[in-house]
Amino acid sequence: MTEMLSVQPATLAAIAAMAAVTYATRIAGLFLVGRFNLTGRAKAAFDAIPAAVLVAVVAPVMLATGPAETIAALITGAAAARLPLLAVVAVGVVSVVLLRAVLGLG
Amino acid sequence: MSSTWREARDGLSDISPALVACVPIGLLYGALSAGKGLSLAETALMSMSVFAGGAQFAAVEIWRTPAPVAVLAFSTLLINLRHVLMSASLAPKTGGWASWQRFLGFYVLADENWAMAERRAARQPLTPAYFFGAIVPFYCGWVVFSGLGAVAGSFLGDPKRIGADFAFTALFIGLVAGFWKGRSTAITVVASAVASAGAYWLFGPPWHVAAGAVAGIAAAAVTWRPEGERA
Repeated sequence: MTEMLSVQPATLAAIAAMAAVTYATRIAGLFLVGRFNLTGRAKAAFDAIPAAVLVAVVAPVMLATGPAETIAALITGAAAARLPLLAVVAVGVVSVVLLRAVLGLG
Repeated sequence: MSSTWREARDGLSDISPALVACVPIGLLYGALSAGKGLSLAETALMSMSVFAGGAQFAAVEIWRTPAPVAVLAFSTLLINLRHVLMSASLAPKTGGWASWQRFLGFYVLADENWAMAERRAARQPLTPAYFFGAIVPFYCGWVVFSGLGAVAGSFLGDPKRIGADFAFTALFIGLVAGFWKGRSTAITVVASAVASAGAYWLFGPPWHVAAGAVAGIAAAAVTWRPEGERA
């Protein structure tokens, strides 16, 4: 139980930094209203941020781990175009388990 | 008083699908977090103070011990920059709120409740009662189920056995689909994936996050064309 409640100093610092940065992004809009009108190229760059970041985080698993993960990522991508989020996760998990078993990497 | 109550109930009713979805996603986040060695207290503390699913999943993915504070803060900033646009868009619609209501309410602004608030504001005035009626259960759900996931996860053992290690890859692919805007997103995704995997191979983690993000954003900016010039 004490282990469950333990908090490491570095972890606490990381969480505090993440929380501060996140809150800053959430209230920034309150101060930027009327001064913040992105158009054209700048807007295209800003709109690309979520997808660029999300893909950057998981690309090593998708492309640099093994054939099972790469194929499962393609299957998951196809599912994501049609299914709700939870179903997408289920398809991804089931396909990676099957592919690892079939390819003998499990 | 009764109208405040009605507003809060509308909020609860509108958020309920997202509330259901946050049960398994929260459990999954908690289990992955425990798998990376975070304690129950640390997992719950992150959910309470950061309260941003995408950034939290990313943080757990790149987590090492001891925690790389600057890398985690930078990754969180990049992933959450979209909040700037979300809050800027919601700011004029909350002009009648008290300051504390805005600063408390925007603390828990997330994709799901932001989208709901925008939908509400398009039809009728957005009241604090509606906003908090939606966010209080959603916030509690995320914290409680990520905590339960951390407890369950420490008993589950190796997440790879049941494919759970791939769950956030799949979740992120699903989230990207939610941001899909056609050709420009496809260009962003390809550039980010190639640069990230390349940087991971050359330099190792955590450089792949910044490399992929910068490449994806740059690709979207470089290939942008004014409306009239599109083929």
